[in-house]
Amino acid sequence: MKNIFVYCEIEESIILDVSLELLSKAKKLANELNCKLEAIVIGSNLKNIEKQIFPYGVDILHLADNKKLYPYLTLPHTNILTNIFKKEEPNIVLFGATSIGRDIAPRVASALKCGLTADCTSLIIGDYFDRKNKKDYKNLLYQIRPAFGGNIIATIINPEMHPQMATVREGVMKKEIYSENYLGEIKNINVENLLNDEDFIVKIIERHIEKSKINIKNSSVIVAGGYGVGSKKNFEKLFELQTGTTVRPKLYIACGISGAVQHRAGMDESSIIISINKDAKAPINQIADYNVIGDVSKVVPKMIKYYKKNSK
Amino acid sequence: MKKLKIIVLAKQVPDTRNVGKNAMKADGTVNRSILPAIFNPEDLNALEQALRIKDKYENTEVNILTMGPPRAAEIIREGIYRGADKSFLLTDRKFAGSDTLATSYAISQAIKKIENYDIIIAGRQAIDGDTAQVGPQIAEKLNIPQVTYCEEIIGISENKIKIKRRLERGIEVVLSDMPILITVHSSAPECRFRNAKFFMKFKHSRTKTELKRENETLKKLNKEREYLNIQEWNVQDVNADTTFLGLDGSPTKVKKIENVIMTSKKETKILDESDESINFLMKNLINNHKLDNF
Repeated sequence: MKNIFVYCEIEESIILDVSLELLSKAKKLANELNCKLEAIVIGSNLKNIEKQIFPYGVDILHLADNKKLYPYLTLPHTNILTNIFKKEEPNIVLFGATSIGRDIAPRVASALKCGLTADCTSLIIGDYFDRKNKKDYKNLLYQIRPAFGGNIIATIINPEMHPQMATVREGVMKKEIYSENYLGEIKNINVENLLNDEDFIVKIIERHIEKSKINIKNSSVIVAGGYGVGSKKNFEKLFELQTGTTVRPKLYIACGISGAVQHRAGMDESSIIISINKDAKAPINQIADYNVIGDVSKVVPKMIKYYKKNSK
Repeated sequence: MKKLKIIVLAKQVPDTRNVGKNAMKADGTVNRSILPAIFNPEDLNALEQALRIKDKYENTEVNILTMGPPRAAEIIREGIYRGADKSFLLTDRKFAGSDTLATSYAISQAIKKIENYDIIIAGRQAIDGDTAQVGPQIAEKLNIPQVTYCEEIIGISENKIKIKRRLERGIEVVLSDMPILITVHSSAPECRFRNAKFFMKFKHSRTKTELKRENETLKKLNKEREYLNIQEWNVQDVNADTTFLGLDGSPTKVKKIENVIMTSKKETKILDESDESINFLMKNLINNHKLDNF
């Protein structure tokens, strides 16, 4: 049975958002391909973890619960994944493009000698005809990602070697509960048989991880400032846009930003974009709904003034 | 302490950080030839970590290994000018079209030939692909542990190495046995500049392919002074199986390349900074319920 698998990351017994987003996307792909969705959680203190997972439409949850498996270590987690995949032969495997996902996915891909595409911004099912070998491939995973510093968008496929593996950044896919009462099956992995001392050659001796603070991808309004903001004083009124995160706000206000390609690729799904710029020809203006030609230091105070006046 | 042997993996990349208007052709494709070829930035952070180990521990040998076209020898020289002891260029047309899996196979074959290494160190990712995959894939092929996202190698004693990692929301300090593969994050210290003494000593360093185009004086110099030779290896030299290389050895295929073109909104309202305009803007936003929780 060739199913879709998602490697789920945890932080203190909580499944990370990026993993839930991947499960949401993977469920849609599984329905399209008429196959099952399987999740893998490796860690410790995982009692009742399925309650966080099953509502996303997970049919089978592979669980490796052992105190040696949290916090994440490359070798034991790779070993467990490689074992599952050799046995289950997945069609597709998805990982978060996090420091963990980007550490484990390539190592697993190398062990399985399969392809891997990093930082996909879109995943679509489609066909492919290989002109050279005159061979038709049905229902491949199109792995779509920016490349070359964000200047081009490439569609990558793995026609022959499976699983088809990809990593996706947090905030790219939308987190959506499939069904509150969805019930899957739990498969416990016998960890002791799989691991040996060599898997624990790297030891964590210190760990300081902060809880995620302001998470801009969930904000409904984002104000971003670029070089055109001018002085430091002006900048204090604004929030800085975190690069490398794809954001889906309801409103995006770009202050003095010209719109370098990477920047735009991270925010073009915003529902309303306001660009405030002295330069009428700034590239960002092309995708803005409102284009205020003017000085940020004059426009922003006026926006605050008229917001207060009109919202009463 | 015993002798330490480090291999720095470096890649020559087009400078994608400064893709200006001139770098885009009229048809919207990227004009690669106009972009300067540079030492991949995070590989320079990796080289600095290696050189700091050499500063701290006598009897350390820093090797630099690059895979790429013949001109990639340029960044090897940059490595030598900063303090690398030995250098290797892996170059062959048969490597062309390799994805990360095939690339990691080729490089791991070269590393096996260099042999007896304690530390393999590279940048976390290259700016032309941003995949961060080749490092972990090499570690898997060599069957050695990996530590990614390194910010600092804190210290080495006997066979143990202590490394600080920079993660999304914090740090981790790990202790491992060697040999090990480390990938270095951009938060690590920048690389030192060229050393004038090394530059004078090694400015005539060449690979054998480069020497073919050089004058007799330089050929003679490279023959007399062996330390000037940059080792050049091809597929056979590293005993690589061509079925694992190039397009044939790459499970991923590029189906399509598109240029990033932002579609214009159907209607962009252009406003000036007058009070009337901003008042109109804010009224519109409030009426469209975009500012509920502003």
